Amino acid sequence: MNVLSVDRLRLELVSGETVVDDVSFELAAGEALGLVGESGSGKTTTALALLGYCRPGVRVAAGTIEVAGERVTGRSETDLRRLRGRVISYVPQDPASALNPSVRVGEQVAGVLERHIPSSDVDRVVAETFALVQLPSSSEFRRRFPHQLSGGQQQRVAIAAALVCRPKVVVMDEPTTGLDVVTQANLLEQIAVLREELQLAIVYVSHDLAVVASLADRIMVMYAGSVVEDGPAAPLLARPTHPYTFGLLAAVPDPAEPRTLRSIPGVALGVDERPSGCCFAPRCPQRISACTEAVPPLLSVDDGRRVRCIEWRRTPALVAELRQVAARERAAPLLAVDGLRAEHAERGRRLVAASSVSFEVAPGECVALVGESGSGKTTIARCIAGLHEPAAGRVLLDGTPLASRAASRSRDARQRIQIVFQNPYDSLNPRHRVVDSIARPMRVLRGLSRREAAAEVAALLERVRLPAKLAQRFPSELSGGERQRVAIARALATKPDLLVCDEITSALDVSVQAAVLELLAELQIELGLALLLITHDLGVVASVADRVLVLERGVVCEHGLVVPLLSHPEHEYTRRLVAAAPTLVARR
Amino acid sequence: MTEVAAPDLAVVDAPRRRRHPLAGFLVRRAAAAVATLFVVSILLFAGTNVLPGDVASAVLGRDSTPAGLAEIRKELHLNRPTAERYWDWLSGFVRGDLGSSVAGQAVSGEPTPISGLIGERAKNTAVLALCTVLLLVPLSIAFGVYSATRAGRPVDHAITTFSLGAISLPEFVTGTLLILLVAQWLGWLPGVSLISIGDTVFTHPSILVLPVLTLLAASLAQTIRMVRAGMLEVLRSEYIEWARLSGHRERDVVLRYALRNALGPTVQVIALNVQWLVGGIVVTEYVFGYPGLGQALVQAVSARDVPYVLSVGMLIAIVYISLNVLADLLVVLLVPKLRTAQ
Amino acid sequence: MTAIAARMRFARTGSGRVGVTATLLLLALILIGPLVAPHDPAAIVGIPLQRPGSGFLLGTDGLGRDVLSRVLWGGRSIIALSVVATGLAYLVGLAIGLVAGYTRSLLDPVLMRAMDVLLAVPPLLFLLVLATGAGHSVVVLVLGVATVHVPSIARIVRAATQSVVVRGYVEAAVARGERTHSILAREILPNVLGTVLADAGIRLTGSILILASVNFLGLGLQPPRADWALMISENRGGITLQPWAVAAPALLIAFLTVAVNLVADAIARSLGTSLDRRRIAR
Repeated sequence: MNVLSVDRLRLELVSGETVVDDVSFELAAGEALGLVGESGSGKTTTALALLGYCRPGVRVAAGTIEVAGERVTGRSETDLRRLRGRVISYVPQDPASALNPSVRVGEQVAGVLERHIPSSDVDRVVAETFALVQLPSSSEFRRRFPHQLSGGQQQRVAIAAALVCRPKVVVMDEPTTGLDVVTQANLLEQIAVLREELQLAIVYVSHDLAVVASLADRIMVMYAGSVVEDGPAAPLLARPTHPYTFGLLAAVPDPAEPRTLRSIPGVALGVDERPSGCCFAPRCPQRISACTEAVPPLLSVDDGRRVRCIEWRRTPALVAELRQVAARERAAPLLAVDGLRAEHAERGRRLVAASSVSFEVAPGECVALVGESGSGKTTIARCIAGLHEPAAGRVLLDGTPLASRAASRSRDARQRIQIVFQNPYDSLNPRHRVVDSIARPMRVLRGLSRREAAAEVAALLERVRLPAKLAQRFPSELSGGERQRVAIARALATKPDLLVCDEITSALDVSVQAAVLELLAELQIELGLALLLITHDLGVVASVADRVLVLERGVVCEHGLVVPLLSHPEHEYTRRLVAAAPTLVARR
Repeated sequence: MTEVAAPDLAVVDAPRRRRHPLAGFLVRRAAAAVATLFVVSILLFAGTNVLPGDVASAVLGRDSTPAGLAEIRKELHLNRPTAERYWDWLSGFVRGDLGSSVAGQAVSGEPTPISGLIGERAKNTAVLALCTVLLLVPLSIAFGVYSATRAGRPVDHAITTFSLGAISLPEFVTGTLLILLVAQWLGWLPGVSLISIGDTVFTHPSILVLPVLTLLAASLAQTIRMVRAGMLEVLRSEYIEWARLSGHRERDVVLRYALRNALGPTVQVIALNVQWLVGGIVVTEYVFGYPGLGQALVQAVSARDVPYVLSVGMLIAIVYISLNVLADLLVVLLVPKLRTAQ
Repeated sequence: MTAIAARMRFARTGSGRVGVTATLLLLALILIGPLVAPHDPAAIVGIPLQRPGSGFLLGTDGLGRDVLSRVLWGGRSIIALSVVATGLAYLVGLAIGLVAGYTRSLLDPVLMRAMDVLLAVPPLLFLLVLATGAGHSVVVLVLGVATVHVPSIARIVRAATQSVVVRGYVEAAVARGERTHSILAREILPNVLGTVLADAGIRLTGSILILASVNFLGLGLQPPRADWALMISENRGGITLQPWAVAAPALLIAFLTVAVNLVADAIARSLGTSLDRRRIAR
């Protein structure tokens, strides 16, 4: 019995451009569908439309949606609001901003129940629902405000509100994004249990294939507003038929499988610049002329698999290129961190960010510093770059201790250590052209003239695989991935020996991340650059690092070569991290 | 998606003894207010005494002779060091001795205690301010919220455009135009607030109408726009989208889920406008000849009656800063995150 | 070019266009007015308090001076003084805000507490106190109005600076050892200027309002100066006989402030920051 059926749904902007086209699927009670796509794929817009909700500027142009026998499309807003929360409910992405900050959590859940089932025994049902999602059901807990809860608890409250009327269908929009891996793993387990117990139909929206893989029976991959492939989860992940799905799977780093990543060339296009034929054609390696002529139909392949590609037979099989990581000979370290202790002052209290941290980075080596948020990894990076004064300990470059503040370091030291930051949207000065941003370090640290510096910019852009014409652009005209490459080019401009990369891919889409990581690996080999990689993502570590240090609350709890460490973690904390990290390997 | 690098970890220092968070807040805020008032008193004293210009010559005006000036200066203790005079004034003020009016003395030849001059006037000003605020608060919330829920529609455009115009007009222009229109041409209400001795504003409530309208024109327009903007921000938030996605009726979304988040900022906005009202009341009283503190203050400034200006200025500053503390407290009470912070 | 076009976008909104047109008209009146005024604004040319007509388009004032000529002369002072005061306020406010926002030393709290104290005095009271102490000096008046704006500008600049300081491009500049003045000038200032200047127009209106109020109270510019606000207060006594001597300058002030505010609001909105969220000193 299908509880959700969507037929040829098309969503448009009010101005007429198509946002999402030709989405059809059916979902039975107890079934979970994973809706996967990168940013701009239209997955959230589609998810919201399932509740008959469109953000301002978007409207349903064609198609039908039916939930538990009730039509959603073409209904009045008043009717729709009777359905939402009762028959089909929604779990938002970021509970910290989706929960009302001024309303007690119990009241937020009760509010939904009172709205839809007024005669019920509100207090009892709310308490039961809190227990169901494994939250304390005491009235003390229910009287708390959202900010008094942890991120995981906040998301459970949102799920409780979504389940309190016992709906047939729940739409979850990236519910675990922003949570630490361990919390994420717990929550995913919980969702699986609830689905079983309540026979829920779940539409699970995510950018993360590995997360979806752990939960979904079926996966639907979206790209640029259309469904490119859908089918049962395990075979789809093992043997993708659409070149985009293939590209995505080759680009996803996996902690259980240290392999070289392959990126998808090109960038996703915006709503107003989509091509006329197949939306993936511009980036597709198996494109033929027919691809650009008409939008390909969704072809049924086998056992419930559908693919929107006329050349799907040519999609290659996935082969993992495993990395060979061998121990290096002990060379004199380029960078040595010795007994580092870092603190933050906050409202008169001192918080320890790092304590007795010691490690070395050899020339040409890639060392990863891994930890959850709050583990102190970023602070350590900032100490090395001279942006944070350590409370104790030393940072040595070639055996020479460095001053704690960058301004007090020698020009030579500043030139040899460069840092790239997490957020591509603030790492470039929006008022400076790309060429000025890249040329500046050359002039300050290498003493080049304006002309000399400008001459080197083109070569640097090529080095980070960007077209030379980007030099005259402003950052606002670049995509996130392009900005991060420019930031890398700016760091390379000083001809450094060590590049400190602070979560530089965490804000990027998977396929773009793969390209940046590819670039880093290339720089490491071709320029002999040493890399210090700060990350929370064990998959990233597995794909590029030689050695790993695991940080737990400011202390290095385990370190070693990447392969043995990830496959046989010894420390309790590392084990938990590794066990919780989503992986695709187990699902194949 | 992005992982925030939190300022990590274990707290080194032991947490301090637990105390009710509000008590701590109040104590800190009150201490800051007293400190601010102290600095403000220095500022006011310096502004009236250190700058060039001499009160004595102002008192005597054109009739000043060197001998007369010296005598007045001595009488007013102007020949003593500034710091000493400041201290005398401040300690007197704190004890409740507001000093005596120079201008009053110039007229009657007797020291005229300021406290005796301002009692009735303070009451009149309080009545005017209170009437304005009592109308201002409910009206600005009602119009602001209504305008926000109709954002982009003609009603909203009408409200925002009209209020933009009203904000732009200084009180003396609004007041003068109202006098011309309502009192002069239509003859409906008195244009000047004449009260015979022994009467109060309560015996002539009609004199309040135009001053209150004048004060409301600018301040109401300002608060409406600010409440609207605050409410719009709340209405665009993710938690309001989620409330709609949970099926709540739009009326509940606005009144039950949005409004209480907009209240904190609204209180701040209204408190901010009290600052405006202080200036506005001075001008408005002067325009209508309303017998309040503001009008007296302007006269005192014209006469360069320094003790009077100082004392009234200080009183205004006290009222103003107390209102700010009150508003801050109200905001803390209205915003759970602030209320429950340790 | 696109940047300039984007900055002129405000002029394309309906209210923005009305505001720009009205402001330009008024500026023309204020600048050209004195050249075409039929009489000397200070000369007594007729019987006091004549109504419009009888050779005087707007009648005469209480002393028998030509109201039209005084109106044509009377806009200069207000515009000039408020522009100077506002500009001065921005210079000082920017400097204080940048320093306070960038430094991590004790200077920041010290500067900001000083700003808090200034904010704790209602602006008009501040100017009245100054007038008491220093008398009716134009210099003191302008300095006073500028001072009134400084704390709120400094606060906004400081907040904007603090939000820029943590950005990657500033950190990168610090990490490569750039000097403080170069970081402030190259990396920070260009990125806070937009936010800060967004409400320059609104502050200008604020200056006009408060200057006019002080002049109206008779505590700023002094007779026989031709000034709109001063004219209103001079001629209030004769309002029953000759309402035009009051109505004409009152309407012009209203026209001016509304027009400038329309432009200011349109600019602020096109820059994405509405005047509603900002405080205007008055």
